[in-house]
Amino acid sequence: MSEQEQYNIKEEPFYQVQHDEVGLYEAAYAARLPVMVKGPTGCGKSRFVEYMAWKLGKPLITVACNEDMTASDLVGRYLLDANGTRWLDGPLTTAARIGAICYLDEIVEARQDTTVVIHPLTDHRRTLPLDKKGELVEAHPDFQLVISYNPGYQSLMKDLKQSTKQRFAAFEFDYPTAAVETGIVATETGIDTELAAKLVQIGETARNLKGHGLDEGISTRLLTYAATLIKGGVEAKAACRMALVRPITDDADIRDTLDHAINAVFA
Amino acid sequence: MYWQRLGCNFAQADRIFDDCMKEAKAVLSQDGLVSYIENARFLGKMGRGPEPLLVYLEEAPSVAAMVGEDALVDMREFAHYMSTHTNFKAMVPFLQSIAAVTRRLHSYALFQQYIEIIRDMMDQTSGSVHGHHTTFPSPGLSDLLKQSPRLLSELSLQGFRNWVDYGIKYYNNHPGRQVEYFSLKSADAIAVMQRERHGTLLVDNERKLDAYLRGLWQDGDYLVPYSLIFDELRKAVPYYDHMGIRLPDVYDDDRGVSGIDRYRAALAHMAGHRRWSEPMVVDNWSPNQRVAVEVFEDARIDYLTCKRYPGLRKIFLALHPKPVQEDLALQDTSLILLRLAIASRAMLDPEYHVENDVIRGFVERFYATMQDGESSSPAMADIALSFIARTRRQADALPNTYFDNTEVDYRDDNRHLWIYIEPGDDEDTLFEHLDHRENEEELKGLPPRHYHEWDYSSEHYRPDWVSVYEALQPSGNATVIDNLLAKHSATAKRLKAILDMLKPQDRVRVRYQEDGSELDLDVAIRSLIDFKGGAAPDPRVNMSHRTDGRNVAVSLVLDLSQSLSERAAGSNQTILELSQEAVSLLAWTIDQVGDSFAIAGFNSNTRHDVRFYHIKGFSEQWDDEVKSRLASMEPSYSTRMGAAMRHAAHYLKAQKADKKLMLILTDGEPADIDVDDEQLLIQDARKAVTELDQDGIYSYCINLDPKADEYVADIFGRNYTIIDHVDRLPEKLPEVFISLTK
Repeated sequence: MSEQEQYNIKEEPFYQVQHDEVGLYEAAYAARLPVMVKGPTGCGKSRFVEYMAWKLGKPLITVACNEDMTASDLVGRYLLDANGTRWLDGPLTTAARIGAICYLDEIVEARQDTTVVIHPLTDHRRTLPLDKKGELVEAHPDFQLVISYNPGYQSLMKDLKQSTKQRFAAFEFDYPTAAVETGIVATETGIDTELAAKLVQIGETARNLKGHGLDEGISTRLLTYAATLIKGGVEAKAACRMALVRPITDDADIRDTLDHAINAVFA
Repeated sequence: MYWQRLGCNFAQADRIFDDCMKEAKAVLSQDGLVSYIENARFLGKMGRGPEPLLVYLEEAPSVAAMVGEDALVDMREFAHYMSTHTNFKAMVPFLQSIAAVTRRLHSYALFQQYIEIIRDMMDQTSGSVHGHHTTFPSPGLSDLLKQSPRLLSELSLQGFRNWVDYGIKYYNNHPGRQVEYFSLKSADAIAVMQRERHGTLLVDNERKLDAYLRGLWQDGDYLVPYSLIFDELRKAVPYYDHMGIRLPDVYDDDRGVSGIDRYRAALAHMAGHRRWSEPMVVDNWSPNQRVAVEVFEDARIDYLTCKRYPGLRKIFLALHPKPVQEDLALQDTSLILLRLAIASRAMLDPEYHVENDVIRGFVERFYATMQDGESSSPAMADIALSFIARTRRQADALPNTYFDNTEVDYRDDNRHLWIYIEPGDDEDTLFEHLDHRENEEELKGLPPRHYHEWDYSSEHYRPDWVSVYEALQPSGNATVIDNLLAKHSATAKRLKAILDMLKPQDRVRVRYQEDGSELDLDVAIRSLIDFKGGAAPDPRVNMSHRTDGRNVAVSLVLDLSQSLSERAAGSNQTILELSQEAVSLLAWTIDQVGDSFAIAGFNSNTRHDVRFYHIKGFSEQWDDEVKSRLASMEPSYSTRMGAAMRHAAHYLKAQKADKKLMLILTDGEPADIDVDDEQLLIQDARKAVTELDQDGIYSYCINLDPKADEYVADIFGRNYTIIDHVDRLPEKLPEVFISLTK
C-alpha cells in the first residue's frame, strides 16, 4: 500500500520531552480525541506531532494552511479528464480513509468558513460528507485530527471560531527553559553546550522584546539554524546576525540592539 | 627694545607688557615676535582706545601657539575690518573670545573659516540706510562672539555655521530678537543648537536604548535626559531614582567607544545595580568610606555584568581610566581617589598589574569573594571599610586632592545605595515634599503640541516651530444642523441611492477564472460540451471569491479662518453657513456608509497659537452632541494649514484602516499674520501633504476660492476640487467624497 507508506515517519525525529505532554497525547489518541497544539512559531509544535506519529506508528498527513485554501482543497474536488470529470480526494479525506493522523498546520491562516468542514470529523459522528460527490466517508478507526495555531497573532481576523475551538483537547507550548533549550540546540546540531547557551541567551534577549518592536521572539528553530551555520564554519557573530537577527526584524533600532546583544554575549 | 617698537603710551599696556612678552617669547619664533609686536602696534594706533591692544597682547600668543603664527596677522586684519565697518565695539569681544575659540578648532584652515563665518554674519546683519553705506552696527555680533566658545564646544564648525545662518535668516530685520537669538536666550536658538549638535543624542536613540534595557536586562524605566551644556564646572553624572533613569542628553564618541555604546555601558551598569545592589544604612560612614564602598560595589556590578555579557568588558575597559601608579609617591596631596581608582581598574582588568602590595591584597580579596558567586553589597562594604582603614594616610585630610584619571564616567552616582535613618538637612531633600505638590498641580490643562514647519528657502525644517493647542469645540444648538439636513432632504434622497451601491457586499464571486478555488460547474459543462463537440473549449472554468470590504477612515479638517464669515458670491448665506450645510450633509453621508470619521476645525494666530478644535472624534457617534458642536463653529484669525494637517494626521495615523483619507475644506490659501513670504506656508502645506502620503494618508482639498488654481495644485498636486459656485457646496461635497471612495 504505497500511498499510505509515503506518509509514514521513517526515522525517529529528535524531540526533547518537556513535561508530561507525551503521556497526555497518548491518552488523547487512545480516545481518538482531536488535539489542538498552540504556541509561538518555531517552538516545536510540528516536531512534537511528527514525533507522536512516529511513536504511535501511524502515518501523518500534514497540510500547511493558507488564506487561499478552500474547503475543496481539504476535502477533494472534481477534475476534468478526457472522459468527463474525475473526483480527487483531498488530504483530509485521504487521512480519514487510510487512518492517518491529519495535521492542519497554522489553521488560523485558513479562512474561518473553510475550517468548518472539519466539524463532522471532530465529534461523535467521525464522518466526512462529500456533498459534491454525494458520499459520506466514515473515518478509519485510527484516524485522528490535529491542528496547530499560533495565538501570538492577537488579531480579530486570525482567530478560531468558538465552535471550532471547542472540539479539541489542547496543548499549550512555549519556548523551553534556557537549560532545556540549550540541550535541544546542542543535540539537534552537535555544537557544544557552551556555545548553545550563548545562542539561547541571545534568543531570550529577543523574546524580552516581544511586543516592544518585535511581534515574535527568536524561535528555537532559528537558534538551531544559527548553530548549524556555526557548525558549518561560519564565524559565530556573523552566523547570529544572519540567522537570528536579520530574519526577524526590519526595524533598524531593534536590529541594532540585537546586534549589540550578540557583541555583548560573544566577547 | 620691543617696548619701543610697540610705540604706545597707554599706561595699562606698560603694566602687562612684560608678562605678555614672557609668554610670547616662550611660544613664538623670532619672526613671530616681530609680527606680534607689529600687529599690536597697529591696533594701538587705530584710535579705538587701549582695550583692543591689551586684549591682543594677552590672547595672541596662545592663539599663534595653537594654529600657527599666520593667525597673528589674520586677527589684526579682521579687527581692523570690524573697526572700519562700524562694528568696532565688537573688536574686544572678538579678541577676547578668539583664544577660547581656537582651542576648539585645532587647525589654521578651520580658524580662517571661523573668521569668514563671523565676517559673513557681520556683513549681513549690519544695517544700511538706502543702501548707500553701512551705518548701523550688527546688533547680535557681540553676543555671538561671546557665545562662540560655548557654541563650538557643542557644535562642529559646520554646525556653528548652520546655527549662525539660521539666526541671520530669521532675525535679520528684528534687532531685539536677533540679540536674543545670538545670546542663546531664545528657545529657537537652543532648539537649533540641539539639532546641530555633534555626538549621539539621547532623543534619537531612546527607542534603541529602551529595547536594550528590555531585551538584555528585562528592565524598563523612563529615560530622562539632562543637559551638560549649562553646567560647565560640575559635570552631572548619570543616576536613577523612582522617577526614572537620568542620562546625559548627548554622548560624543570617545576613547574609541561610539556614543550609543557609551549609553549602553551606562545603562548596563545601572541595570546591574538595579538587579544586584541593595541599599545600606550609611549614617555612620564618613565620606571617604562611602566613596570606597561605591568603588567596590561598582566593581562588583561590573564584574557580574561582564560575566553575563563578556562583550561589554571591552567597552568598560576603554572607558575606565588608567590611573598613573607612579603618582602614589606624591606628597602633600590626598591620594585616596587615586588608590581607589587603581583598585577599581585592577578589579575590572585582570591584566592590570598593581605595584602597591596593600592595594593588590584588596584586589585579590575582591576576586576571591567573587569566586563564590554574586556576593552582596554589604560584603563589598566590608572590604571597602577595611580598605580605607588599611590605606589611610596623614595626607588624606589635606584639601589638595588628586583627581586625575580617577573618574569613571559611565558609572552612576550610586544614590540608590544609601539609606539615611536620620533625616538629612541638606537643601536637596529638605523641600522635596513641597516640590511634589507643585508637580501634581501642573499636570492639569492640555499642553500644546509642537510641530516642525518646512522652510522651502533653506530646505530644512524649523524645529518645533508651531504650537498647536487642541480643544473641544463648545456646544451650540443641535437643531440648527437638523434643520439644515431637512432643507437638503432632496439631495439626501439622491445620495442615498448612490450610497446603497457603495455599501460593502462582503463576499463576491469572481467567475471565469483559469485558476480558481472551485470548479464553476455551469461553465465547466459548457466547456466540456464544446470540447466534445470538437470546438476549442473555454479554459476559464473555475471561480473564486474575493472579499469586498470597505475599511476607510476619514478625517475632515475645516478651515475656520476669518474669511469664512464673508458672504458667498451670488448667495445670501455666508461661506460658514454653507460649509456647515455641506459638512452636515457629508457627515450624514459618511455615517450612512459606515466609515469611521472625525471632524475638526482649525485657525491660527501666529505660530505660537494654532488652534485645533475637535468637533467629532473617531469613536463618537454622529449624534446631537456632535451636531451641536458643528452648529457653534465660529470663524476667526488665519489659516496655518500645514500644522493643522500634521495634527489631524497624528490622530488619523492611529486609526486601523486600510485606506485613510484626509479632506481639507478651505476657502483660501494658507497664510498667517507672522509670515510675510506667501510661498512659505504654501510650501509647508505641500511638505505636509508629502509627509501624510508617506504615512499612507491620502489628502484631498476642497477649495472654495475661485482663484485657487494659482496655488492649490502646488500643494495638493492633482488631489483637489475647486468649487466655483459656493452655493452648490452642500451637494458637491458628498459627491466628492463618494467619487473618492468608490
